[in-house]
Amino acid sequence: MQPLRVRDFAFESRLFLGSGRYPDPATMLRAWEASGTRCVTVALRRVDLKREREEKNLLDLIDRKRYTILPNTAGCFTAEDALRTARLARELGLGDLVKLEVIADEETLLPDAAATCEATRQLAREGFAVFAYTNDDPVAARKLEEAGAAAVMPLGAPIGSGMGILNPTNLRIILARARVPILVDAGVGTASDVAVAMELGADGVLLNTGVALAQDPVSMARAMGLACEAGRLAWLAGRMPRREFAAPSSPREGRIGS
Amino acid sequence: MRVRLNGEATEVERGTTVGMLVDRTVPDRARVAVERNGAIVPRAEYDRSPVVEGDDLEIVTLVGGG
Repeated sequence: MQPLRVRDFAFESRLFLGSGRYPDPATMLRAWEASGTRCVTVALRRVDLKREREEKNLLDLIDRKRYTILPNTAGCFTAEDALRTARLARELGLGDLVKLEVIADEETLLPDAAATCEATRQLAREGFAVFAYTNDDPVAARKLEEAGAAAVMPLGAPIGSGMGILNPTNLRIILARARVPILVDAGVGTASDVAVAMELGADGVLLNTGVALAQDPVSMARAMGLACEAGRLAWLAGRMPRREFAAPSSPREGRIGS
Repeated sequence: MRVRLNGEATEVERGTTVGMLVDRTVPDRARVAVERNGAIVPRAEYDRSPVVEGDDLEIVTLVGGG
């Protein structure tokens, strides 16, 4: 299958996985492997001044030859904090990629569209390839594209909710008008949600909790990978038109007794 | 002298550099990034960046996230 291209980056899998909430690091690594993903998201946090010396650092676990690291600005509530986080990630040697999240409030974790737009504009000016997380809102998606986002990532449903694709109609409008890749991010609970997003024509899907909190994360990761590929193929194949009434697939003529 | 390190008031000796502060905090410089008073301190400049009274320092690393 064709790799996904975002600005000057190419991804051999259209499934992006997170690195949070797994039962343990070994399970996470096996899940990534099983899913076929080639890009994983990470977060930035203050070094724990008391514990860092004993813990294995995430950077030591990730095979950088296999996985592109996409650092996020999760937990940022202002454009300024998101900018600082993105610059720190770049300083960590993670390159120009950033998954930009500017969250509006703790309870819904929904994105702040205006602040996301402002931060996108500034980060694009600084040379970042901005993957902008946003609502499933065609206007917000268009504005982020105009602000210089390399990819726009509308949510399927709120972060960590596992409710799937709540507004396929809006997603279809976003996809029809997009001039940059569109990745559905957040809300994916199970494999069919990935397939739905890809069948709608999404360029990729990013998810974390749907795999990490599955009872068997490795099997679920494989299911997500297969669904991503199945959905992509179905989109490329072009589905048959829907119709209200039945249409037989066996001939009406030549039936016995007629 | 007093500085803030990752939000906590911290006592450091006069003459401390950013590099010394990083080395006593983490085992490997390559795993962290440093910000001082809102601006990035590039790794190459750690050892020639003195910490001064009242500095607000952040030392961050990667953790799991989505």
